[in-house]
Amino acid sequence: MKDLFFSLAGYAFGRLRGAEVLLANFAGEDSDFVRFNHARIRQPMTVRQGYLTLQLIDGRRHDRTTLTLTGVAADDRRAIDAAIEAMRADLRSLPEDPYLLYSTAADASNTERRGMLPSAEEAIDTLAGAGAGLDMVGILASGPVARGFASSLGARHWHAVDSFLLDWSVYAGGDKAVKASHAGQQWDRAEVARRIDATRAQLPLLARPPRSIEPGAYRAYVSPAALDELLWMLNWGGVSAKEQRTQQSPIQDLVDGRAALSEQISLREHLAGGLAPKFDEAGFTRPESIDLIRHGRHAGSLVSPRTAQEYGTASNGATEAESMQSMDLAPGTLARGEVLRALDTGVYVGNFHYLNWSDRSSARVTGLTRFATWWVERGQIVAPLSVMRFDDTLYRMLGAGLEALDSETDWILNNGTYGGRAIETSRVPGALISQLRLTL
Amino acid sequence: MPFDLETLAQRFRRLAPAGLDHASVRVVDEHSQTTRVRQDVAEPGERSHDRGAMVTAIAGDGLGYAATSDLSEAGLRAAIDRAAQWARLARGRSVFDAAPALPAPRGRYASATAKPLRLSTADRLDLLMRESKACRIDDRIVDWEASLWTVRTRQLTASLDGAETLQEHEFTIPALHVVAHAGDLTQTRSWGGRYNGYCQQGGLEVIERSGFVGCGRATAEEALQLLAAPNCPSGRMDVLLMPDQMMLQIHESIGHPLELDRILGDERNYAGTSFVTLDMFGAYRYGSPLLNVTFDPTRSEEFASFAFDDEGSRASREYLIRDGILLRPLGGAISQQRAARARADLGAVATARSCGWNRPPIDRMSNLNVEPGTSTLAEMIASIDDGLLMKTNASWSIDDSRNKFQFGCEWGQRIRAGQLAEVVRNPNYRGISATFWRSLSMVGDASTMEVMGTPYCGKGEPNQAIRVGHASPACRFDGVDVFGAER
Repeated sequence: MKDLFFSLAGYAFGRLRGAEVLLANFAGEDSDFVRFNHARIRQPMTVRQGYLTLQLIDGRRHDRTTLTLTGVAADDRRAIDAAIEAMRADLRSLPEDPYLLYSTAADASNTERRGMLPSAEEAIDTLAGAGAGLDMVGILASGPVARGFASSLGARHWHAVDSFLLDWSVYAGGDKAVKASHAGQQWDRAEVARRIDATRAQLPLLARPPRSIEPGAYRAYVSPAALDELLWMLNWGGVSAKEQRTQQSPIQDLVDGRAALSEQISLREHLAGGLAPKFDEAGFTRPESIDLIRHGRHAGSLVSPRTAQEYGTASNGATEAESMQSMDLAPGTLARGEVLRALDTGVYVGNFHYLNWSDRSSARVTGLTRFATWWVERGQIVAPLSVMRFDDTLYRMLGAGLEALDSETDWILNNGTYGGRAIETSRVPGALISQLRLTL
Repeated sequence: MPFDLETLAQRFRRLAPAGLDHASVRVVDEHSQTTRVRQDVAEPGERSHDRGAMVTAIAGDGLGYAATSDLSEAGLRAAIDRAAQWARLARGRSVFDAAPALPAPRGRYASATAKPLRLSTADRLDLLMRESKACRIDDRIVDWEASLWTVRTRQLTASLDGAETLQEHEFTIPALHVVAHAGDLTQTRSWGGRYNGYCQQGGLEVIERSGFVGCGRATAEEALQLLAAPNCPSGRMDVLLMPDQMMLQIHESIGHPLELDRILGDERNYAGTSFVTLDMFGAYRYGSPLLNVTFDPTRSEEFASFAFDDEGSRASREYLIRDGILLRPLGGAISQQRAARARADLGAVATARSCGWNRPPIDRMSNLNVEPGTSTLAEMIASIDDGLLMKTNASWSIDDSRNKFQFGCEWGQRIRAGQLAEVVRNPNYRGISATFWRSLSMVGDASTMEVMGTPYCGKGEPNQAIRVGHASPACRFDGVDVFGAER
């Protein structure tokens, strides 16, 4: 993929005229996916794809085209020629863009993290073998994922990571299941089998008659996976400088100083802990870490080059979406082994599902409990909880209502594969909350 | 590679190995262009040309797939070999009892485009700039954007057993939204839905009939109305859902629960399962006798109309729910063969689809419509003594069995003594699918129908966001739990 990208980018740069500038971005992957249900194979597949995005710039006029790369040099060059010609023709009719900002540096970077990934035979043998006897459903995704940037001004950046993500659930019956995931770069069949086997241990508890509770406010422990879901809601426009400047951030009250979260909440974008590249689509190098919330107070925003130009501020290398790619929430002091005792009586939330804003301006979010969510009494798991809806504000849950955060964090690779495999990661603890408002 | 059906079919048949029970290829070629104007400034233009092939191989009970953007002979051969390898590896360890039987259709489909949309980029910008500038009516309007997204797709399929189809689609998706702010309140009002709810097949005629021209100022005025409006009250009341909220209600609490792959458990690790079980088809009362729901791929302007699904089944209009009784699920040929172990009499609909060349087909909802009733909008409003009209979806959430839902809208308007009264902001409501549809008490006539949809229906592992269409009249529901915002 690397040679293909830089070769085609070089070809494209050779097609420029006069003062034209060309930026080239690459997104590609060579992925195996094995989808399974009832521990049997449903849809195994290989997907090889590479997308080249060209941005032709002439003065302050610019246009952008994305092409699927075939790997056949003649075909790809023809497609590039056609794209550049079409953009060049369009530039004449486009207005100047006052917010255009791109890197003019001729810098370079190269990150290549090789791993040991399963073959097709190994993947199917492992899943069919380790899942035997379990009602196991999910997906294994594995292979290299790559991003690249090059400019006609001399920049060359490459970022490629081999990884796998096994994301699965084991069902005890009905809608009662244990959810787990295992991500990494070194596939170890024995370790994968051990992790799948570990999910069996919770099945006897899940087989107990489920407990239904009335709507109301309950003490709750929100697991790292569930807290990750909540934080991704905050990441939907929350830390974007553009959304904040236009009063649309769901944490606008925090940004404007009208509200605060608990002092225990310190959130940052921390590239060093994730899989995302250290360059953005405009060619700027991104800092290792950006503080966004420090001890419950607004500390910073993600500022893309375009937003920086629009509002006369400095960019910090955020992507155009201005959302975190390597989220990091600082841990607290609650030992994992003490969670049930600290919760005492209440709800242990294994996972949340289908979150959305019910009142965006107030950071009020609604969603459902899912998978292994338990009713706990006097520090003991009593029964799985029937699905409950919650509807509450981040300011209550992670503000006055936040009693403690775990002293450990989980590293979570986003399981999203829309268009391609996600590179977003999170490092989050669990949270003990004095009141979670259940509504249905 | 030449992009014609005959060449593709010939090449594929020459390359496919012997010994497979089935082999087919689906090639998708998609051109799209998005033009956006935000606060009267043209945003970066976005064009794309996406092209690639998905090969399907079946060996006994094993299915395998391989997708490649390399359409050369070598690239296609490598994909065929890889798909065959996956199929053979899965054999004896798959969810199937035997090799699934797939149809071998021959035929063509093309969007019934009256006026192909071939606007220059300058013309597209002019159209959007006019609406953008019309939004600037007050300092409290703090953000706004107008956009036009157009897509042309060609999809070819060929199989070893003689299937050859060509389907060509043209989609046009205009949109606009406005944000108003004052004090600590922010309100968003959109034309066509915040997430491209006005999406249809066709060209320039889609824009002409949509009402997009002139929507800028009207939408900005409504955003200011919302900013000045009181919070939605809480309580149990009758609600009148307009088509741009009905589409979401149908999608989440009828469409997804009826997907056969969810019922068979494929989606339990991601999108979820369903409260609907196989034994319910043919007898279960899903809604009041006024509820009639069709799978309708024949409505030419609707977003997900087609002639064949991606497993090759020929598409036709079918009732899924008639007079409130659940009749059939949304399942393609492969899912129906799996379900036949438990229910051999399940009806079929052609709705196994993929979002592009790099994903295999799964059960989707395609065009899922509520059929019109007999009530005029005026009659429905007049029938409500104390209630709420709700328009334009803003928030959506439902449990993994598709039962407990909570939805919110951009626009609410109280109805008192049979008359429309004051506007309210942040209207939300919640309920349970299994009982909500039984509270359907009036269904609007054809004059209240609107054809909408979404380009972003998400499910599947690996994930797929696909185009679906929803046509619906306005509908009245009795005794719904309604509430508003924090402040």
